[in-house]
Amino acid sequence: MLIKKRSDIKSSEITDRSTYLNRRKFLIDAAGSLVGIAAGISVPRLLDPARDAHAGVKLNGVRKSPLSTDETPNSLKDITTYNNFYEFGTDKYSPAKYAKSLVTRPWTVAVEGEIKHPKVYDIDELIKISPLEERIYRLRCVEGWSMVIPWVGFPLNALINQAQPTSKARYIEFKTLFDPKQMPGQYRGVLEWSYTEGLRMDEAMHPLTILAVGLYGEVLPNQNGAPIRLVVPWKYGFKSIKSIVRIRFVEKQPLTAWMKATPHEYGFYSNVNPEVDHPRWSQARERRIGEFSKRKTLLFNGYADQVAQLYQGMDLKTYF
Amino acid sequence: MIKGLLFLASLGPLAWLALNGYAENLGANPIEVITRTTGTWTLVFLLITLSITPLRKFSGWHWLIRLRRMFGLFAFFYACLHFTTYIWLDQFFDLGDIARDIPKRPFITLGFLSFVLLVPLALTSSSAMIRRLGKGWQQLHRLVYVIAIGGVVHFMWLVKADQRQPLIYGTVLTLLLGYRLLARWYAKRRLGFVSGGTPVPFRGMTEL
Repeated sequence: MLIKKRSDIKSSEITDRSTYLNRRKFLIDAAGSLVGIAAGISVPRLLDPARDAHAGVKLNGVRKSPLSTDETPNSLKDITTYNNFYEFGTDKYSPAKYAKSLVTRPWTVAVEGEIKHPKVYDIDELIKISPLEERIYRLRCVEGWSMVIPWVGFPLNALINQAQPTSKARYIEFKTLFDPKQMPGQYRGVLEWSYTEGLRMDEAMHPLTILAVGLYGEVLPNQNGAPIRLVVPWKYGFKSIKSIVRIRFVEKQPLTAWMKATPHEYGFYSNVNPEVDHPRWSQARERRIGEFSKRKTLLFNGYADQVAQLYQGMDLKTYF
Repeated sequence: MIKGLLFLASLGPLAWLALNGYAENLGANPIEVITRTTGTWTLVFLLITLSITPLRKFSGWHWLIRLRRMFGLFAFFYACLHFTTYIWLDQFFDLGDIARDIPKRPFITLGFLSFVLLVPLALTSSSAMIRRLGKGWQQLHRLVYVIAIGGVVHFMWLVKADQRQPLIYGTVLTLLLGYRLLARWYAKRRLGFVSGGTPVPFRGMTEL
């Protein structure tokens, strides 16, 4: 049989990752203390200096959210092995293989532009500005597949409120790290680096819009956009920019990486819409990863009740 | 002997898909892997088929011609699998949707047309048909040039941004077709000088 059936094993029944990691931590600590005794220093941190921030480490105090869907999430394996992250190669299996080269600590995010309180945040400080929440969201890729992903993060509006935008701030521009040594895909000019995305201020303030730092209750794996990424569940996946280093409040609509690459195919809004086809393929249906037959794509990816009012009076075919 | 081994090797991609599919080892999106793999190997076999004539010319190994039909039929075989994947696994035999999809999506239109054009070539590949169609057979089978161009452009039009792979196929195809154009031009020029003599067609002209 060629086609995977939906697994009967629930994600909750698979060996808890923290159990597995505890074993790993025990082994590292044990090895470390042995070497440490010999060398007279504490070695575990030398062996694994950024361990606290590694993918798979449990995040504490994560709250549930009423904004989560009750659909069954995809497996951690599917979510972490099938990724579009061109900074690590254009093949969907490449990010899982090559994203190890990304160093996520230390990491800073510059928050700047038309705001009263510009600041360069250390990542560990940034993730504490608001309590972490689990947000189980649908993700719809512009290529016609979708997943359900249990993100951990906090609303972007918490950061915006701290930054206090001026009256000139109408959009936000986001940028991914540019460092080809860590992100070898950037040696090739597939897109104009660094990857750039943008949101209108009301989209950015919307409670569904989050900055994600985790997945399945654990620190975000590199291939999913560590240490911090945007998640805007009613837009195509490429809007949810990964590994953010700069958040800039601006007056004019930012020019995003995909708009620069093919302006007639990728617009600024890129809201999920079954009625507005990609010039080269239909967006009417999608394949949910793990399912055999395709399902109908929903307007605004099923979040129309919450977000449709943002676009009232706009022709969604013009503002695609 | 060589032909038998190459026949088995040509089944390799299908075996790879079957084994990994059975082992649930085709990743998060198996249908995409199946579509990509069968499409890729259709192109590979088309290019192999087209490279037989230049290889013969340069190496003098005329026995290579005996492999050409087999490779051509393998191109058709993988194209059939690719097309079946589309109508079955991608569209679930929703004929209405397929009928709307084919003219609306340029890359699907092109892929579909190329596939349709392959069918008469496969049907007329037997020795009996070659004899029966005579000169017309060669005319008909020149369609393979159009099909190969269609196949490569079909690939280019489906890619989002990274054109590296389609360009590799495009480059090889350009070389293979460029060789034929050059050979043709050269032959014409030579014929031009042989005044009064019976025109002897250059081999490259009459062969695919």
